[in-house]
Amino acid sequence: MIMGADLTTIWALIIAFAVLMYVVMDGFDLGIGILFPFYRPGEERDQAMNSIAPVWDGNETLLVLGGGGLFAAFPLAYAIILPATYPLIIAMMLGLVFRGVAFEFRWRDPGHRAFWDMAFFGGSLVAALCQGIILGALLQGIHVVGRAYDGDWLTWLSPYSLLTGVGVVCGYALLGACYLALKVEGTAETRAFGHARLAALATLALMVAVSLATPFLAAQYFQRWFAVPLLWYLVPVPAVTGLVAVLLLKGLADRRAARAFLLSLALFVLGAIGLGVSMWPYVVPQSVTIWQAAAPERSQVFMLIGVALVMPLILAYTGWAYWVFRGKVGTHGYH
Amino acid sequence: MIFGFDALTLARMQFAFTVSFHFVFPSISIGLASYLAVLEGLWLKTGKELYLDLFRYWLKIFLVTFAMGVVSGLVMSYQFGTNWSVFSDKVGGVIGPLMAYEVLTAFFLEAGFLGVMLFGMGKVGRGPHYAATLMVALGTFVSAFWIISVNSWMQTPTGYEIAPNGQFVPGPSWPAIIFNPSLPYRLVHTVIAAYLTTAFVVGAVGAWHLLKDSTKPHARKMFSMAMWMAAIIAPIQIIAGDEHGLNTLRYQPAKVMAMEGHFQSHPEGAPLYLFGIPNDTTQHLDYAIGIPKASSLILKHDMNAPLKGLDTIAPDKRPPVAIVFWSFRIMVGIGMAMLGLGIWSLIARANRSLYKWRWLHRAALVMGPSGIIAVIAGWCTTEVGRQPYTVYGLLTTAQSASPIAAPAVAASLVAFVLVYCAVFGVGIWYLLKLMASAPHPHEGGLEELGEAPVRAAGITPGPAQGNAEIGTLPQGSPA
Repeated sequence: MIMGADLTTIWALIIAFAVLMYVVMDGFDLGIGILFPFYRPGEERDQAMNSIAPVWDGNETLLVLGGGGLFAAFPLAYAIILPATYPLIIAMMLGLVFRGVAFEFRWRDPGHRAFWDMAFFGGSLVAALCQGIILGALLQGIHVVGRAYDGDWLTWLSPYSLLTGVGVVCGYALLGACYLALKVEGTAETRAFGHARLAALATLALMVAVSLATPFLAAQYFQRWFAVPLLWYLVPVPAVTGLVAVLLLKGLADRRAARAFLLSLALFVLGAIGLGVSMWPYVVPQSVTIWQAAAPERSQVFMLIGVALVMPLILAYTGWAYWVFRGKVGTHGYH
Repeated sequence: MIFGFDALTLARMQFAFTVSFHFVFPSISIGLASYLAVLEGLWLKTGKELYLDLFRYWLKIFLVTFAMGVVSGLVMSYQFGTNWSVFSDKVGGVIGPLMAYEVLTAFFLEAGFLGVMLFGMGKVGRGPHYAATLMVALGTFVSAFWIISVNSWMQTPTGYEIAPNGQFVPGPSWPAIIFNPSLPYRLVHTVIAAYLTTAFVVGAVGAWHLLKDSTKPHARKMFSMAMWMAAIIAPIQIIAGDEHGLNTLRYQPAKVMAMEGHFQSHPEGAPLYLFGIPNDTTQHLDYAIGIPKASSLILKHDMNAPLKGLDTIAPDKRPPVAIVFWSFRIMVGIGMAMLGLGIWSLIARANRSLYKWRWLHRAALVMGPSGIIAVIAGWCTTEVGRQPYTVYGLLTTAQSASPIAAPAVAASLVAFVLVYCAVFGVGIWYLLKLMASAPHPHEGGLEELGEAPVRAAGITPGPAQGNAEIGTLPQGSPA
C-alpha cells in the first residue's frame, strides 16, 4: 500500500506537471489567438502567426498527453470529470479544431484569410474560456454517486466557474502578449506591450477575486488555507504572488519582454501551487482522492517506465526547438 | 430520446462519425510519410532532381493531411471520457497505458521530428534531415501499432484480470495484453491498407496529370511508382485480409457469420453469398445468390465442412447483419478492383504503354479515393461486427456509455457534423487544389503558395538564411 501510495503521488505530480506545461505553452499560443483581431492584417498578423507556427502542434500534443495521462493513471477521475463538463469539453475540442486548421488554411487561401483569422481568434477564445470554466467547475465540486458523475449537463454553470473562465482567458492573453512582445517588431511590438499591461491588470484582479472566492466554496478549502499551523507555510504563496505582480508591471513599464514573459509564467506556476494546496489530495475535489481514482499498480509502473525514458527526451527536444527558433521572427524571413 | 434515437445510439453515431473522419487522415499520412522517405532516399542515392521535386510536391500535401489528422485525433482522445465514461473507468487500467505509450512515443516522434523535417532544413544538413524524415515515417507506424493494439485488445482481450469491483486490471504480463491474438493480423492488414490508400491517391494524381500531358516526367514517375505498389501490394493485401478473416473466425465467429450473411447453420458446407439483402427482422438473407459450399472451402479449406450460423448465437448477442454484410462486400470489391488495376498496369508496362493507355489513366483517376472508401468500409465491418460488445464477450456497448442525456449528445453530434463538414471539407478542397497543380522541375517549397508561414526560416539571421526555405532541402550543404 505504501508503495502504491508513492506511485500514485508520483503520478499525480506527473499529470499536474503535464497540465501545467500544457497551460503555459498552449496558453501563450491560445493567448495570441485571443489577441489576434487587435493586430492589423498583413505584416502584424503574419509576424504573430509566425511566432508560434513552429511550436503549436507540439504544444497541442501536450493536451493529448494530459488527457491520455489522466485516462491511464486516474481512469475514474477521467470518467467522472469529462461527462460532468461535457459541453465544455466538446466546445473546447471544436474550438481547437478551428484554430488548428486555421494555422494551415490562412496561408493556403489568401482570398479567405480574413475568415480563417476570425476562426483562429474564435477557436482560441472558446478553447481558453472552456478550459477556465472546467477549472472552476472542478473546484466548485462534482457530485458523484457510485463511480459516476450524477448531475445535469449544465450543472457546471455558475458565477464562480464563469469567473475562472474569464480569468484564464485574461491569463492566456497576458502570456500571449508577453510572448509576442518578445518575438515581433515594429508597431506590433508596441501594441503587444499595451495588451500585456491591460491583460496583466485584468489577470491580477481576477486572480484576487478567484482566490478570495475559493475558500468560501467549501469548508475543506477554508480549513486548508486558514488552519493555523499550515497558514504560516502558506503565507509565502500570496506574498510571492504579490511580489511577482509588482515586478511584472514594472517589467512591462520598462518594456522588458523576456522578464515580463518569465514573470507571467511565474504567475501561472504560483496559481498552480495555490490550486494544488486547495485540491490535495483530491483529484475530483470533495469526492474522489487520487488513491481512489488511481489505476492499478501494474499500470502505473508500466507507464512510469515510458515516462522516465521519453519525458526527458521530450523536454530536451522542446528546449532545443525553442532555442533554435529564439529571437525575433522578422517580417520577411523566408526570403 | 431525441429524433427517435436514444442517448446510446447518438453516442455511437458520434463516435462512428468522428472516427471515420479521423481514420482517413492517418491512413494517408502513414503512407505518405513512407513515400516521402522513399523519395528523399532515391534523391540522395541517385542525385536526380526529379525525386526532390516530387518530395517537395508531396510534402505540401502531407502537411495539410497531417494537420487535419492531429486536430481530429485530439477529439478522439477525449471522446472515451466524454461519451464512454463507464468503459473508461472499467478498462482504463489496461488500455490507458497503451494509449499513453502511443502519445509518448509516436506523437512526439512525429511532432518533434516533423519540426526538423519541415523547418530546420538549412540548419541540419542532408544526413540528419533524412534521418528526421525516416523518424517521422517510423513515428506514424509506431502510432498505428499502439492504437491497433488497443483496438485488437478490445476485440480479442487477453492478459487481463477482473477486480472485485468489476474493473479490468492488467495481469502479470504486459506483452500478453499488447500482443493479443488479433494484433498481428489487424496491424498488417491496416498498415498495408494505408499504403494502398496512399498509392491509389498518388496514382490518381499522376493519372490526372498524364491525361493532361502524358509526356511530363514527374507525372510519369509518380504514376509508375503507384502502379508498382498496386500490382505488388494489392495481392499481398488480399492474402493478409484472408488470414485476418480466419483469425476472426477463430475468435469472433459471430462477426464472420454476419460478414458472410450466414443466418442459418450449414452442416454440410456453407455457400459463399455474392449478393443478398440481409433482413435483420426475419433473420434471413433475401434474394440470395451464392456459390454452394465455397464459404466452407475458403474458411475451412474443406467444401463439406460444417459452418455454424447466427441461429447458434443468442438473439441479443448477434451483431446487426446488414451493415457488416454490405461494408464487407464493398471492401472486398474494392480490393479486387485494386488487384485488377495492378494487373492492367503490368500488362500496359509489358506493352510499353504505361503512359499511353488513356483508359488505364482514367480508371486510376476514378480509383483515387477507392482506398479511403475501402478503409472506412473495413473499419465498419470490424467495428459493427463486434457488436454488441466494446470488450468482446465481456463488456457490452450499452454498459459502456456515459450517463449523459440524449439532448446533450444530439447537440454535440450536430455540432461535430457541422464543424467537421465545414472544416475538413475545406481542407479536402485545399488538398485537391494542391493535387490539381502539376508537379514541375525545381518544385518550390511551401513558400510558393503565397506568403507561407516562416516557421523555422529566417529566425537566425546570417548567410545561412538563403538555404532556410520552407520545404527546401539545403542544396549545397555537405551530405
